[in-house]
Amino acid sequence: MKGFLVISALGVLAMLAEVFKFKRILLPLVVLGILAAYALNYMEWEHPYSISYFQNMIAFDKVALAFSGVILITTFFWFILANNTYDNEPHMVDHYALVLFAVTGAIMMTAFTNMTTLFIGIEIMSIPLYVLAASKKNNINSNEAGFKYLIMGSFASAFLLFGIALIYGATGSFDLNEIRAYIASNPGNMPSFFYAGVIMMLIAMCFKVSAAPFHFWAPDVYHGSPTIITALMSTVVKTAAFAAFMRLFMIGFNGVNETWTGILVVVIALSLLISNITAAMQSNVKRMLAYSSISHAAFMLMVILANVRTNLSVNAILYYSLAYSIGSITAFGVLNAVTKYGNENFEEFNGLGKRNPVLAVCMTIAMLSLAGIPITAGFFAKYFVFTAMMTTTYKWLLILAVLTSAVGVYYYFKVIIAMYFKPAANEEPVEIDMGSKMVIILTALITVIIGVVPSYIAEMFSV
Amino acid sequence: MINGISINYYILLSAILFIIGSIGVMARRNSIIIFMCIELMLNAVNLLLVAFSTLHNDAKGQVFVFFIMAVAAAEVAVGLAILSMIYRNVKSIDTHLLSNLKN
Repeated sequence: MKGFLVISALGVLAMLAEVFKFKRILLPLVVLGILAAYALNYMEWEHPYSISYFQNMIAFDKVALAFSGVILITTFFWFILANNTYDNEPHMVDHYALVLFAVTGAIMMTAFTNMTTLFIGIEIMSIPLYVLAASKKNNINSNEAGFKYLIMGSFASAFLLFGIALIYGATGSFDLNEIRAYIASNPGNMPSFFYAGVIMMLIAMCFKVSAAPFHFWAPDVYHGSPTIITALMSTVVKTAAFAAFMRLFMIGFNGVNETWTGILVVVIALSLLISNITAAMQSNVKRMLAYSSISHAAFMLMVILANVRTNLSVNAILYYSLAYSIGSITAFGVLNAVTKYGNENFEEFNGLGKRNPVLAVCMTIAMLSLAGIPITAGFFAKYFVFTAMMTTTYKWLLILAVLTSAVGVYYYFKVIIAMYFKPAANEEPVEIDMGSKMVIILTALITVIIGVVPSYIAEMFSV
Repeated sequence: MINGISINYYILLSAILFIIGSIGVMARRNSIIIFMCIELMLNAVNLLLVAFSTLHNDAKGQVFVFFIMAVAAAEVAVGLAILSMIYRNVKSIDTHLLSNLKN
């Protein structure tokens, strides 16, 4: 809770930086603030003061704290990575404030216990992101990305709200635990519109995590937005959306899981097939990463589908989101540096192994991790998902996941092949500032470290 | 029952409004109309929440409506700002013109 308050206060502070002329020291201030928030988060983990706040509107239990920890770590890396991009930007202060508010919303989503806080959290996170996606004012692609994100986001929110309204009508409550208790005390005795409400909320959440067939906005938005904002969208937003998805369906609607698991199976199968096959056909690296994020979403949904009533599934999602966020930060960091002046096609990576060996090695580690090759974090992330799935009746989904991952290896290796085996157009090394380079190296190292010693995170919640 | 009218009619009315709104979002090409359709969807939700709130004799549903109204206003403010920016670049608000991003 204290970490959450610190981040929201930082957002307000960032807005004041322009007026009170401390723009120059804003970045160190923000980075220190995020570290402080992380420290407070950790202290709360060790010695919880209170779990629920504001009349049970929000509950920072250990699951919420762990997911906010992942979000804070990624935000920390993101700010250092973004420093160079926003250095000469006249509206740097506004960008920082918007990002911090989006992160506030994301943390709120990890800790909601009431439908009100879920809705408010989603909107606090999304509305700044609409602006950030459209933040290159003169670039028509960026405008288009922001507009599409806005329309699709509000459309999904409307579905979410209709679902919330129907569930409120059936149960008479917005509180997650009261809804859960109501379902448990009236088994099989709910009005039919309650089930419609659950399905509408499922559709809305699938929109938010960009799972097929509700994924069509994601590639366009990822492609059109500035690369650095895409990095934020595919890490912080994904983690928050999955924390919320998990809480809502594994806690709130666990009692009616036969209603939503059938739909979720179809969503997962479609996401795996569509995303991997389409990603293999892309020539733009950013679009490829967008499609790959859809396939990662499908993997995380598989854990929610498996719905193991132990901490196994919480551990699996936590580990997956950390591995994916860290890997994405590396990948987007390198992409941002490489494509600063050119387009975003695979050819831009040609000969990076010679031009800039360190970046190439880091990118290779990130790609291996996203593809799920051993000794990187991505391997264990997928391994834990498969372990959770083994206990369910949907074993065919497991086979589909393994087969489509094989397709995934193809498009991730396209980047690696371009870097090492294709001649470069020019031999000059890519310009990159010190901070970004450190972040890229550090995140690549973390990917390997948590891949070699996964137990610390994977056993965070005792089974 | 609210004033002798069954709750099912309220649900039906909101569902119809919601469907009209969602068809509008998908079918219309004018950005302003799309925003209006989203507002229609949100207002269908508001109607439903108020009806349920009266049914349950519970104020929470009506408080939620205020949250929806506030957020909808923020969303439209951002939306219109993005729209005016698009208009400056392409001199139109037709969504047909926004199709540069393709596979």
